[in-house]
Amino acid sequence: MGKTLAEKILSQKSGQDARAGDIVIARVDLVFLQDTTGPLTARQFQATGFQKPANPKACRIFIDHAAPSPSRELADDHIFLRHFARETGCGLSDVGEGVCHQLVAELWANPGDVIVGADSHTVTAGGVGAFATGMGSSDVAIAMALGQTWFRVPETFKIAGEGDMARGVTAKDIILYLIGQLGADGATYKSLEFVGSAFSKMNMEGRLTIANMAIEAGAKVGLFPSDRVTRDFLKAGGRGARYQPIQPDADATYERVVEVDISRLEPMVARPHTVDNVVPARELKGTRIEQVLLGTCTNGRLGDLALAASILKGKKCHPETRLVVAPASRAVFKAAIEAGYITDLLDAGAAIVTAGCGPCLGLHQGALGKGESCLSTSNRNFKGRMGNPEGFIYLASPATAAATALRGEITDPREVI
Amino acid sequence: MSLKGRAHKYGADVNTDVIIPARYLNVYEPDELAKHCMEDIDPDFVNRVHSGDIIVAETNFGCGSSREHAPLAIKASGVSAIIARSFARIFFRNAINIGLPLLECPEAVDGTESGDLLEVELVSGKIRNLTKRKSFTARPYPDFMLELVEAGGLIEHTRKKLAEKGT
Repeated sequence: MGKTLAEKILSQKSGQDARAGDIVIARVDLVFLQDTTGPLTARQFQATGFQKPANPKACRIFIDHAAPSPSRELADDHIFLRHFARETGCGLSDVGEGVCHQLVAELWANPGDVIVGADSHTVTAGGVGAFATGMGSSDVAIAMALGQTWFRVPETFKIAGEGDMARGVTAKDIILYLIGQLGADGATYKSLEFVGSAFSKMNMEGRLTIANMAIEAGAKVGLFPSDRVTRDFLKAGGRGARYQPIQPDADATYERVVEVDISRLEPMVARPHTVDNVVPARELKGTRIEQVLLGTCTNGRLGDLALAASILKGKKCHPETRLVVAPASRAVFKAAIEAGYITDLLDAGAAIVTAGCGPCLGLHQGALGKGESCLSTSNRNFKGRMGNPEGFIYLASPATAAATALRGEITDPREVI
Repeated sequence: MSLKGRAHKYGADVNTDVIIPARYLNVYEPDELAKHCMEDIDPDFVNRVHSGDIIVAETNFGCGSSREHAPLAIKASGVSAIIARSFARIFFRNAINIGLPLLECPEAVDGTESGDLLEVELVSGKIRNLTKRKSFTARPYPDFMLELVEAGGLIEHTRKKLAEKGT
């Protein structure tokens, strides 16, 4: 009997014939923490009595969620994490290097790897074909100490996408549409496997956007088969030797098959306060927006900035709408400068902030005021997420974000491109 | 292990951002976290909650961020258990890991209102609503989970095991 991607990867890493429902102990290729959940993880690690991780080279600490620090308390947390990295030998990515998930994809994640992070959006690396999942501080501390952790092998939903994306539609619209269909808990504990011509043609940036939001349907992982696109992506990053093709077997067992005709999709928006509250952007025409956020681990990559810049080039943002741009990494930031996108965005009136998480989780660089609405390219619109329970967050693609910044109200990007 | 307290009832998709907002993630002392528990969804919760109380909720409780601060804040607020129709994946594992018992029991959610007095027995999975004189059964806890909860969580459990190995 054939295997799904999740079963294949977990079989390889556990040395067992891993099947959905089995409990396996798998070797972990990368364990990481960040500056909001990391201090607790490091303290749990120390409290258990461990001195060094099983493999410090496979452990990494990111200072990205509130970087540079907005307060002395968070600055102290950063000091603590830097000390911890030095004492344990873990790698450190400090202020300005970028969002952990983007850096993991750019620099470390390989097809077939098992990655655990103290952050729910660790699933992003599934775009590269890594079994990557978020865990809490205690689990990550123990995984760090032992170099392994236990998993229940998830059942898989096959998401089969056919057809080409219409004008103005992006990977973000596909995943918003899917979460709207599945529901915020529709895939709890499952693996989502993205196959079919629409996904095999999709570039790595789009794959990362989609895998990033698998957790918003409750999934444990969102996996793409590794193929030519994966190989070219690794090669471009100087990691061509790490490529291995991994495809699901034709006779693998799926709990559910969801078929999507991608050509019928249109630009989508998730309304406050749940990610599955999804409607076409055109239905929200006229909704006033005070802040637009372009960036984050969902949509802060070069193609995202290029798309927004192409819409805003030579134009001005609406006078009552501020545009905050947070590139996902330093490499993205630099490439966007070299390509002229940052100049285009600045000329349109954007505020560019440090490469990192930006205001996504409400710690700095754009917390919302009372009654304000933000249209964001991030992945969560929960009440209070951007620092204020009296704020409203809408989620959409970079194209919809740019169109909305231009008009000052939610705008279907097809109106402006 | 028997737990007893008043029910605090919530709807579906109670996420970890409303359980403990990111602005408090630099706090790690459980008692400090407890002061802000449920702040963005139910600011009065911290004044109403008493030791032993039980949170009762609809589907997907604990969805969102992987922050272990969420179950820590709930546990430190005095809550002895959470009963829900279903839980989000990461929250489920986190709660067990810090020694906060969770029970999935849709019938108990339907048969309970805020303020009802509940009693929960983890070994048998029995849930009694003493106010409404009804009883329900959740799936009993497997031994290894009971062991974790009784030890006070994964860290305490591992520490004990390491100490045993050392002696």
